[in-house]
Amino acid sequence: MPDKHLSSQFDADLNSLSSRLLEMGGLVESQISTAMRAFTQMDIDTCNIVIENEKLVNDLEIEIDLACTELIARRQPIARDLRLVMAVSKAITNLERAGDEAERVAKRTKRLIESGSPHNINVAEIRLSGQMAINLLRRSLDSFARLDTIAAAEVVAEDRQIDEEFRGFVRKLITYMAEDPHIISTGLDMLTIAKAIERIGDHAKNIAEFVIYVSKGSDVRHIPHEDLVREANKP
Amino acid sequence: MMSNMKSMIDLNKIDVQGGKVRNSNQDAHQEPVNVLEVRNLNFYYGKFQGLKDINLNIEQGKVTAFIGPSGCGKSTLLRTLNRMYDLYPGQRAEGEINFFGENILAPGQDLNLLRSRIGMVFQKPTPFPMSIYENIAFGVRLYESLSRSEMDERVEWALKKAALWNEAKDKLSQSGLSLSGGQQQRLCIARGVAVKPSVILLDEPTSALDPISTGKVEELVHELKNEYTIAIVTHNMQQAARVSDYTAYMYLGNLVEFGKTDELFIKPQRKETEDYITGRFG
Repeated sequence: MPDKHLSSQFDADLNSLSSRLLEMGGLVESQISTAMRAFTQMDIDTCNIVIENEKLVNDLEIEIDLACTELIARRQPIARDLRLVMAVSKAITNLERAGDEAERVAKRTKRLIESGSPHNINVAEIRLSGQMAINLLRRSLDSFARLDTIAAAEVVAEDRQIDEEFRGFVRKLITYMAEDPHIISTGLDMLTIAKAIERIGDHAKNIAEFVIYVSKGSDVRHIPHEDLVREANKP
Repeated sequence: MMSNMKSMIDLNKIDVQGGKVRNSNQDAHQEPVNVLEVRNLNFYYGKFQGLKDINLNIEQGKVTAFIGPSGCGKSTLLRTLNRMYDLYPGQRAEGEINFFGENILAPGQDLNLLRSRIGMVFQKPTPFPMSIYENIAFGVRLYESLSRSEMDERVEWALKKAALWNEAKDKLSQSGLSLSGGQQQRLCIARGVAVKPSVILLDEPTSALDPISTGKVEELVHELKNEYTIAIVTHNMQQAARVSDYTAYMYLGNLVEFGKTDELFIKPQRKETEDYITGRFG
């Protein structure tokens, strides 16, 4: 069966949408990496880079959204083409929000540095879940590029590990704050950073769910994981 | 003659039993009713087989669209539903088409009566070369004996149903041919509606019309489906998506996929359907 449209321009427009999505994904991934580096090294200059680049992410979201609208107006896509356009439009919203979370990490890190409050909170879970979130987002975008539903289902499953790390960190943070109320302010900034990373994992998971929607036509949001895996494995 | 009489009686009985379309409030509690059930239908143009073992149901009060590339058999299928093909020698259908349970392919059917129960509108507007009023009254007189005032009412009713009354009410005595293309097509729909059929078959009704007239006819289809069952053949995929409840995709005389329009245009079950509707048909 042919996989190209009779109109090669239509193919070019759809390919362009996917490429722009991956471009935006790359930028957001880099924002999260930089924000995590700023947090690990407690470096204000690195925080500022993330905060300045946030505008680029927002601009890309608007550009790609416009391209989606134009493609719908010009081509009236249906079936898998329509599903792709809808998924790109939703995926860029998720990427933009993941970008916002990276900015949040940078801003809170900056505040931690500027407050200069000493603390002995162990942030191993934040660093680990930060790496996991970056990895998850990269893999969700890879699965989108290849429309690989099996890889997408794995991303959805692994998001649970980030959630688990977050819950573990919150439990630990509560004990720190109970022992020493002076670090509550610092602890709340840490909590915000941990939550931001947890949210990035959720956005990666959402993007992975769109891969299954585009490829199989099934809406797998808010369904049991076993059902999602079954949909992902459908021929 | 006797068999014609018999079929007329049977078809009249059908009218009494099933001619009335249920309103949508009742639909929620009742099983859908199939106006037409096509079973194992094969159709031949001489030796060429135009339709191959078609099976589908046309549900009452719904719009069913037929799509597919030229020559796929969609118009042929539409023309079997009121035996329009009988006008041409060498064309024959095998199988069953049950109209409220009565096989219309069986010999001895009164075809004129059948075509008044299952009306048809064609690709190009075909008004009779007579006045707008007479275009509608002519068909009604074949089946009913109405007084002048009753006929006036019927003409007004049909023109209102076809959303043409406001444009035509002041020129009912003018020739139907004096209307614009879009108005002529709506006149043909009014003519079909005037004899109060159960089913209206539309064979590419807007392919010769401009976008405004097309929009009016589509709006009309939407209005008419509250009271009639509609089957429409269209080359315009977006039109099928806009106006129909069910869509059938045909290719080379076969029914490839038949299902709810919402599902077929978002998640078709067959790759052949998806390739066609997305424009990947090589």
